[in-house]
Amino acid sequence: MAFDKNSNSFTFIFATVLVVVVGTLLAVTFLALKPAYDENVRREKMQNILASMKVVVERDAAPEKYQELVKETVLVDAQGNPAEGDAFSLDVLKQYKDWKAGVVKAEQMKYPVYKAKVEGKDLYVLPVVGTGLWGPIWGYLSVESDGRTFYGSVFDHKGETPGLGAEIATPYFTDQFPGKTFTEQDGSYTGIHVYKGGSQTTDPHGVDGISGGTITSQGVDEMLMRSLAIYDQYLKSVSAKPEPPVVEAPPADSLAADTTNAITVNP
Amino acid sequence: MSTETALPVKPAEGLFSKKNRKLITDPLNDNNPITVQVLGICSALAITVKVQNAVVMSLSVLAVVVVGNMVISALRNLIPGRIRIIAQLVIAAGLVTLVDIVLKAYVYDVSKQVGVYVGLIITNCILMGRYEAFAMGNKVWPSALDGLGNSLGYAWILVAVATVREITGNGSWMGMRLIPESWYAANGGGYFNNNMMILPPMALVLVGIIIWIQRSRNTKLIES
Repeated sequence: MAFDKNSNSFTFIFATVLVVVVGTLLAVTFLALKPAYDENVRREKMQNILASMKVVVERDAAPEKYQELVKETVLVDAQGNPAEGDAFSLDVLKQYKDWKAGVVKAEQMKYPVYKAKVEGKDLYVLPVVGTGLWGPIWGYLSVESDGRTFYGSVFDHKGETPGLGAEIATPYFTDQFPGKTFTEQDGSYTGIHVYKGGSQTTDPHGVDGISGGTITSQGVDEMLMRSLAIYDQYLKSVSAKPEPPVVEAPPADSLAADTTNAITVNP
Repeated sequence: MSTETALPVKPAEGLFSKKNRKLITDPLNDNNPITVQVLGICSALAITVKVQNAVVMSLSVLAVVVVGNMVISALRNLIPGRIRIIAQLVIAAGLVTLVDIVLKAYVYDVSKQVGVYVGLIITNCILMGRYEAFAMGNKVWPSALDGLGNSLGYAWILVAVATVREITGNGSWMGMRLIPESWYAANGGGYFNNNMMILPPMALVLVGIIIWIQRSRNTKLIES
């Protein structure tokens, strides 16, 4: 052999070349396959949005169905007002992590809302993000046109314990949401609580958590309370209120004064 | 339980001399990486809850061991002795990342399920074991066969363990339901899944049982 493969200089050269070759190969493959991966992620997102409205489709069929059902997307700021930007492409999970890390302030965060029409019903789909026991948890909730009643829900997670926290992604948990509400009749915000597993709650603003998945359930609770408070502001401003008139006691002339009182708490 | 799993071995032709054939057949039984060399136990415990996951994991390991063996064997006269383990690791890590990217792009659902574990292939002792023990000292073709044999030996144990665990723990096989829904207590029947089978320690017990059966049938493996 013309060279000594165990010499220092060859060792250095070999290590450098090997790492550069492997690195280049990985970078090229990644860039070549990234479009396919991004497309998978995009379709899965559409699939989840549809699933929250009880429209179950294969991932490959999701874009078509999404186009058909989702009429409009809106980006909402932390005060519940419409904001600039594309709702679908906003990575809410990344935004949530940035917020947790202190990179983004709470009032800078944006919240996507998807408006859809399914079987003649106008629905709002609200993405939510939070933290479970082992990692992030997220979900999509669909709300009826009254802006307070759940129509359906899906949840997913990065790596909650199988059989325990991971159960939030199963119908056992998600099927509790339809019909529940997150505000009182008069519009005051209640959020939706996740109670201890097995409590068989009859609370219209609460669901049963997962027995043995306490931390995950608490994470879902926190995620819903925080996110829905913001969505609630937006939904109040846009939802058609078929509100059954709450007028029993107050005479007609004091009604206007009453509602303003209810909204502006401070003098 | 484990005896019906003899995998089809290709008939000997040309490159498949008797010696080369042994490279494939040995790891299936006499020199099985899991039951005899006791390598790759960690993933055998983690990834055998469902058969589908076990199959994907096995295929991923197969790709990484075979290709890695070939690459390292081709470079074996160039790799400096002092950094050979590091060089092997770089190649293994590169291949594993490659597999991960490919899974994400083409079989997204599966990659979501086995996502974490694919990365852990890097730490699978079978890889480093074969790279260091075989590929560093043999030509490319025998190294490929050795990689194939060892990953098949790994695969059949994984699939056997996953079969038992999925049937007893989940009432299904490859996602197909074997125990009718109506048998379950929730639907008025009297049947419960054995949740203990889903827990990792039971995989260790099952591997132990396979080793037991194997040693009782194969006298070569009995230590004096």
